[in-house]
Amino acid sequence: MNNLIKGEKHDWEMVIGLEIHAQVKSNSKLFSSSSTKFGSSPNSQVSLVDAAMPGMLPVINKYCVEQAVRTGVGLNAKINNYSVFDRKNYFYADLPQGYQISQYKYPVVGEGKVTIDFKDGTSKDIRIVRLHLEQDAGKSLHDQNPSKTYVDLNRSGVALMEIVSEPDIRTPDEAGMYISKIRSILMYLDTCDGNMQEGSLRADVNISVRKPGDEYGTRCEIKNLNSIKFIKQAINYEAKRQIEILESGGSIEQNTMLFNTSTGKTRPMRNKEEAHDYRYFPDPDLLPLEISQEEIEEIKSSIPELPDELKNKFIKIYKLSNYDASVLTADKQTSDYFNKSINSDPELKNHAKIIVNWITSELFSLLNKNNFELINSPVPPENLGQLVKLICTNEISGKIAKEVLEDMFSTKKSAREIVDKKGLKQVTDQGEIEKVIDEVIADNQKMVEQYLDGKDKLLGFFVGQAMKLTKGKANPKILNDILKEKLNKKD
Amino acid sequence: MKIDKNTINKIARLSRIKLDDKESEDYIKDLNSILDWVEQLNEVNTENVEPLSNISSSILPKREDVSKDTNSSEEILENAPDKLEGFFAVPKVVE
Repeated sequence: MNNLIKGEKHDWEMVIGLEIHAQVKSNSKLFSSSSTKFGSSPNSQVSLVDAAMPGMLPVINKYCVEQAVRTGVGLNAKINNYSVFDRKNYFYADLPQGYQISQYKYPVVGEGKVTIDFKDGTSKDIRIVRLHLEQDAGKSLHDQNPSKTYVDLNRSGVALMEIVSEPDIRTPDEAGMYISKIRSILMYLDTCDGNMQEGSLRADVNISVRKPGDEYGTRCEIKNLNSIKFIKQAINYEAKRQIEILESGGSIEQNTMLFNTSTGKTRPMRNKEEAHDYRYFPDPDLLPLEISQEEIEEIKSSIPELPDELKNKFIKIYKLSNYDASVLTADKQTSDYFNKSINSDPELKNHAKIIVNWITSELFSLLNKNNFELINSPVPPENLGQLVKLICTNEISGKIAKEVLEDMFSTKKSAREIVDKKGLKQVTDQGEIEKVIDEVIADNQKMVEQYLDGKDKLLGFFVGQAMKLTKGKANPKILNDILKEKLNKKD
Repeated sequence: MKIDKNTINKIARLSRIKLDDKESEDYIKDLNSILDWVEQLNEVNTENVEPLSNISSSILPKREDVSKDTNSSEEILENAPDKLEGFFAVPKVVE
């Protein structure tokens, strides 16, 4: 695969690292009992701790710690028995404390890795540097009033996991696949709801460019991207910007950038003079976080099957390709659906690939068209299994099956019911098909002559005519075989 | 470590405190004497001594993940210098 971008003078390589902020799925905040519910009226879920009233003390949420450990295990990472909460100091209107409680030198989770799978069957490991727990800030709304910024503190103090990768990513696509994989793991673990629109998962992207083989160049950080599409756009724009500067003899200034989603451009966020000096120091309100080996083992034993394990299982049991299996397991809803579908009938086991195709192409396109999530599919997995069985046992053709599926989708009836009621059962009876073919041949003598004179393409015409007469129900293979046989006999 | 005029200005800016020249001079003197005093600790040999994070040997207290419905907006906004439509209203900050 060629990962390089063509420049004026030579090729360039992108070097990309991601910091992903994933909101911990919990009922209450990291250091207070306020609710974490999304979309409540402004400032209705703010305790005195979240508002940083004098004298308030943080008390850590046990479940959030467990969720961070669980995520660490899912990222194949080292869990640290000892970690420390620090204060990261800065002034902003939506940060009432004047500091964010985060983890600096001693994060709760250390080095790990995740694997991304490419379409061509190859894979790549992206290394994780660390995962730490921290508080989210409040939300500023700049566009509600011409002269004021509005501040809503409902999000203030909600637990976040910051997952930092090594700069192992080389293309915008890899960045997209990496964040999809992290999202998928978080959702299997149920430690984050993965909702990027609501901001439960967002990323900062660090990017630099270099001549292949050179040392890393100076990087810029693009802040707060909340969709995979924007991440890719921002990377592409920023890489081009850096290459243009370097090729015209300039140098890159290390900077924090903002991405404008309507123009597709990045621009610097803060100027150098105001570069932040966070003055990290251990939070005197919080003792170090100690987690015993027993607690870690207990969490490990509660970890569900993760996408990679499931993928390998699917490859082994159903002989699926690495890519098919990774598409199937990327989303827990999809793998659950597949599991239910294939287990609905013992004979389906040998037709896994056909089930995958029907789920990921036909069913997904119907769902997309009608704005449905798989979980609310009008076609339950057992019914899709039944449809595939009808195809595999030659009761209906693939073409008819598409119509049947559309019918199943709109009427919620089973495949069997629709096929029986509409008389769509495939004609496999040799005699019946022969009769139709004889009719077609008799009606089209001229064409038969042309065919025999070497116009092979006309075979399709005869097949079409015969299908028309059977209303598409003739088994295509039997039809083709008999047709060829009969035509060639005429020679 | 010595505190000079630049350092005191930087600290003041980071703390959002405005100092006039006289105040800067005073703070330079104060902070330097505090640092000098603390620096006496450097005379103690701390080799092979683990940093102490906690003198009571207690462990970090944790709470269960139970959310309490606060419906706090009225109380929380009570001290706000300016509020509008349930939000804190602050001078426009656009980055």
